[in-house]
Amino acid sequence: MSSVAPVELPIPGGIAGRAPSLEEEYVEATTKAGRVKKNLTSRWATVAALLIAVLWTIPTFGLFLSSFRPAVLIKTTGWWTIFSNPGLTLDNYRDVLLSSSSSAPQLGQYFVNSVAISIPATIFPLVLASMAAYAFSWMKWKGRDVVFVLVFALQIVPLQMALIPLLSFFSRGITIGNALIIPPTPSGTYAQLWFAHTAFALPLAIFLLYNFISQVPGEVIEAARVDGASHGQIFLRIIIPLAMPALASFAIFQFLWVWNDLLVALVFSGGSPDVAPLTQRLAELTGSRGQDWQRLTAAAFVSIIVPLIVFFSLQRYFVRGLLAGSTKG
Amino acid sequence: MTTAELLNKIEQVVIALAAFAAVIGLLLFLIDRAPKKRKDFFQLVGFVAPAFIILIIGLVYPAIRTAIQSLYDAKGNFIGFDNFVWAFTQPDSLVSLRNTVIWVILTPILSTVIGLAYAVFIDKSRGEKYFKALVFMPMAISFVGASIIWKFVYEYRPTSANQIGILNQVVVWLGGEPVQWLQAVPANTVFLIIVMVWIQTGFAMVVLSAAIKGVPTEIVEAAQLDGTNAWQRFLHVTIPGIQGSLVVVVTTISIATLKVFDIVRTMTAGNFDTSVLANEMYTQAFRAGEPGRGSALALILFVLVLPIVIYNVRVLRKQREIR
Amino acid sequence: MRITRAKRVIIPLAGVAAVALALTGCTGDTPASSSGTAAAGCEDYADYGTFTGSPTVNIYGTIVDVEADQLNQSWTDFEKCTGITIKYEGSQEFETQINVRAQGGNPPDLAIFPQPGLLASMVAGGYIKTPAQSVEDNVDKNWSADWKTYGTVDGTFYAAPLMASVKGYIWYSPAFFKDNGYTIPTTLDELTSLTAKIAADGKVKPWCAGFSSGEASGWPGTDWIEDTVLRQSGAQVYDDWTTNKVKFTDPQITKAFDYVGNILKNPAYVNGGFGDVTSINSTTFQDAGLPILQDQCAMMHQASFYEAQWPEGTTVAPDGDVYGFLMPPATAGGQQAVTGGGEMVGAFKTSDEITAVQTYLSSALWANNRVSIGGVISANKGLDPNNAKSPLAVDSIKILQDPNTTFRFDASDLMPAAVGSNSFWKGIVNWINGDDTQTVTTFIQSTWPQ
Repeated sequence: MSSVAPVELPIPGGIAGRAPSLEEEYVEATTKAGRVKKNLTSRWATVAALLIAVLWTIPTFGLFLSSFRPAVLIKTTGWWTIFSNPGLTLDNYRDVLLSSSSSAPQLGQYFVNSVAISIPATIFPLVLASMAAYAFSWMKWKGRDVVFVLVFALQIVPLQMALIPLLSFFSRGITIGNALIIPPTPSGTYAQLWFAHTAFALPLAIFLLYNFISQVPGEVIEAARVDGASHGQIFLRIIIPLAMPALASFAIFQFLWVWNDLLVALVFSGGSPDVAPLTQRLAELTGSRGQDWQRLTAAAFVSIIVPLIVFFSLQRYFVRGLLAGSTKG
Repeated sequence: MTTAELLNKIEQVVIALAAFAAVIGLLLFLIDRAPKKRKDFFQLVGFVAPAFIILIIGLVYPAIRTAIQSLYDAKGNFIGFDNFVWAFTQPDSLVSLRNTVIWVILTPILSTVIGLAYAVFIDKSRGEKYFKALVFMPMAISFVGASIIWKFVYEYRPTSANQIGILNQVVVWLGGEPVQWLQAVPANTVFLIIVMVWIQTGFAMVVLSAAIKGVPTEIVEAAQLDGTNAWQRFLHVTIPGIQGSLVVVVTTISIATLKVFDIVRTMTAGNFDTSVLANEMYTQAFRAGEPGRGSALALILFVLVLPIVIYNVRVLRKQREIR
Repeated sequence: MRITRAKRVIIPLAGVAAVALALTGCTGDTPASSSGTAAAGCEDYADYGTFTGSPTVNIYGTIVDVEADQLNQSWTDFEKCTGITIKYEGSQEFETQINVRAQGGNPPDLAIFPQPGLLASMVAGGYIKTPAQSVEDNVDKNWSADWKTYGTVDGTFYAAPLMASVKGYIWYSPAFFKDNGYTIPTTLDELTSLTAKIAADGKVKPWCAGFSSGEASGWPGTDWIEDTVLRQSGAQVYDDWTTNKVKFTDPQITKAFDYVGNILKNPAYVNGGFGDVTSINSTTFQDAGLPILQDQCAMMHQASFYEAQWPEGTTVAPDGDVYGFLMPPATAGGQQAVTGGGEMVGAFKTSDEITAVQTYLSSALWANNRVSIGGVISANKGLDPNNAKSPLAVDSIKILQDPNTTFRFDASDLMPAAVGSNSFWKGIVNWINGDDTQTVTTFIQSTWPQ
C-alpha cells in the first residue's frame, strides 16, 4: 500500500461553491494527516486487517447464505457447499414475513411498532442526558462528583430486577398515604415502553455524553458567560451544536439497543400485539421450533435490516462522535 | 392493521415528541428567568430534575428494593445474610461467579485490543468506510440474533455426517474430529466469550478510530521528525492521545459484559458450567421462585462493578485537576 | 450549515418511515368482525349468554405458532355467538413473564398454566380468583377427580383443566420392526433385552434422544425418569416423591436413574443419527426422533404431542411410517400406568365475560371443537375419541378416559419450581454429560426448598 493512500472518508465530499462545513474542515485536517508517512499501515497491517474483517464477517455471511437455502439442505450440508449442493429459495422469508397466522397480525404492524417505540425512546434519553451531562460538566454545585458516581454506578442495576417495580409503578401509580400522586399509566400504549427505555438508557447516556461535553474548551464557555449568556443559552447555542457528533453517535447506539430489545418489550407491551415490536414476534416465530434453522436464519435477517440502514446512513457521525478527550481547540 | 390504526400510531408518536419538546423548551425558558434569589439552585434543578426523577423511579427505587429483598427468603421471612452465604457456598453459583470474572477480564481486553489494532490498521486506508462497516455490523445485531449466528458456527454433527457448522468443518478439513464446542468444559466459556467480543469489537473500533483521528497531526509529525518508528509513535503519541476514549471503551464494555445474559441463555442456558451471575440471577428470581437469592446475586454483581467505578472516579479527579 | 445537518439526520429517518409505510401494505385492512347476534348455529352457545359492547377477555399462555392459530379457531363460533372478543397472547417466556406481570399488577384476565406447580405459586401469591360455580360444575362433570386436584390448591378449586398429553410413548418404525422381527415389549425387562438385541444386530443404534430445549434443556430426561419410577415403584412412591417424602437419593428413585442410565449412557445404545452420549444434550427434543425415518435409530421416548413434530407427509399409524407404543409396565399384564401433562386455566380477574369464557373452555363442547381441529387431545370425559384426527390421538384419549388407567401428572411439574423447573433439568443435563447418579441425585435433593 502506498504511503500516501488517498483518504476515503465516509463523508460525501465537499461540494464546490458552498461554505465549508465542519466536516469538510475535518476532511482537510485528516488529509494532512494522510500525508504523514505511515509505516504502521504496512503490508502486514493490511493483511491483519483483512483477516479480522473476514473472520468477523464469515459467521453472518454463512447465516445470510443459509437463509436462502431450503430447510433440508441447511440441515444436511454446510453453506460453503452451496456450489456442489445448489438450491436457493425465498420460502424461508415467505414463512417469516407472510406467515398466515391468525393469532397475530402480520409483520407490518410489528414493524411499525418497532419504529414507533425506537424513535422517541432514542430522543428522550438523549435530550435529558445531555442536559444532565451539562449540569455535571459546567455547573458548579455541591456534591456534584458524588452524584455523578452514583448515576454512573446505576448502570449496573440489572434490568431484570427493575422490571417488576417499574411495572407496578405503571399499573398502580404512586400513592402516598391515600393520595394518588401519579395516576396509573394505561397499558397497551407506547408510553410505558418509552419511559422504561429512557430510564434504563440514562446512566450510560449521561456517562458517555459527559465525557464529550466536559471536554468542550473552557474558554468558549467562559467567553459566552462574560457576554452575559445564561446556562440555557450556552446549552442550546454552544454545547448542543458542538456535541452534535457525539449526540448522533449515541443516538445510533441507543436506537440499536431499543430496536434489538426483547426483555423490556415482553414486560411492557402489556400483553397486547397493538404495541409489541418486531423482536417479540420473531421470538414467537422462532422459539417454538427449536432447531428450525431456516426460519431462524430468515428471521434474524429481517430484524437486522433496519439497524443496518440506520448505521450506514448515519455512519459519518462516528468520525467525530463519542470522541472523548483530545478534541482540537 | 387498518389505515386508521396506523395513523393513530403515528399520531401517538408525533404528539409525544411534540409534548416532550414543549416541556423541555418551557423548562429551558423558565430556567433563564429563574428568580434572582437562589438562581443557581433553580437553574440546576431545571437541568437535572427530569433525568433524576426518571432515574429514581426507574432505577434507584428498584435497586433499593432489590437490596432489601436480598435479606428475605422465598416465603417472605427475614433471614439476614443467608442468601449471600448460599451464593458463596452453592457450587452452582460459585461456578457462575468464577465465569463472570473470566468474562469481565477477557471481553474488554480482547475487544479493545482487536478493535484498536483494527482501527489503526485501517486508518486512512483505501475503503476504510467499508472495513469499518464489516466489523461494526455485529453491533447492529441483537444478542439473541448473534447467539443464533454463533450456534450455527459451533453446530456439531457426528464424524459420519456432513458438518453444517463452519468451525467443525475447519477441524475436519485439518484432519481432526468434530468437537461439541459448547459442551467442552472449561473451554466452552471461552467460546461464549468470543460471541461477546465479536459484538463489542465494533463498538471499540468505531470509538477508538474517531479518537485516533482526533490526535493532532502536528504532534505525530513532530514525533516523526524525531526519528521515532511507527511502534514508538503508537505507544508514545497515539495511546496517550486517545487515553480518554480507551477508558470509556473499557468501562462501557466491562459493564455490558457484567450484565450479559441473553448470550448464555440462548446458547447453553447456563448448562455445562457456563452460567454467569446475570443468568443465574434471572433463573433464581424468575424460574426457581427464589427472588431473594436472585437479589443477592444482583448485589454481588453490583459489588463487582465497584473497581470500575473507583477507577473512573480517579480519572475524573485527574481531569478536574488539569482543568 | 445547521440546516444541512438537520436534513441529513432526517432523510434516513424518513427512509425508515417510508419502509414502514410500504410494509404496512402487507398487513391489509382486515374487515371489522360482523356483529351478527344470534347467528345460525348458535344454539350450542345459548347458555353463555350474549354480551353487548363487545367486551374483551385477554388470555395469556405458552402456546404459540400453529397451535395458537388452532386455539383461536376453537373459539371463533363462541366469539360470534356471545359477542365476547378473546385476545390470546402466547409467549415462550410465559413461565417468567406471568410472575413479572402478576407482581407488577398487570396480569391477563385468564392464564393457561402448563404446570400445576406454577398455578399453586400464583395462588400462594394471592393472585388467582376462585372461578364461578358453573366452572366447577363443568369440571365435576367432565373430569376425573385426579384431574380436578391439579387445579386445586389447599382444598380450594381454582382452575379447570384444558388440554392433555400422554407421556411415555416410545416411537418406532413399524416397518423396520417387522422387517427385522422385533416385537413390541410388554415388560421393562423385555425393553432392555430388545435394546440389547437391536444393538447386537448392529444395523442401527437402538435409541435416539434429544434433551436440548433452551432454558428448559433436560426436561425430556425427567420424563424418562418419571415414567420409570411410576412403572417400577408404583403410584404411591411416585406421589411421595413429588412431595419429598421419598427423596431423590432414595433407592427407589436411583433405581429408575440406573435403569434409564443403562440405556441412555451406554455408547452402544445411543445416539442413533446424532453421535455419542453427549450429543443427547446438543440435540433438540424436536429433532430427536427424525433419524427413525431414515432407519438410523430404532426407538425414541417422547410424549403424544411429538406427533406434531414429524415432517409433513409422514404417516403416523400402526402400519405407517412411525407409531408409538407405551413404555411397558414392570411386570407383564400389570395395570396400565401413565404419566402425562396438561394445562389449567386460572383467572386473575372476575367478570361475567371471563366466567363465560372459563365455563366454555371447561365444557365438552370446547374439547370437541378443539380436538377436531387436530394436533391435541384432552382428558375431558365428554370428548368423543372419534373426533380426534389421528389413530394415536384416538388411542391416547381412550387411555385417558379408561377408568382403569392409573394417571399421574408429570412429577417435575408438581415439584417446587426450584427443583421441578430448575435443578431436576440441570441435573439430568449434567448426568448425561458424565456425572454419576449419586452426584446428580444428591445435588437435586440439596436444592429442595426447606
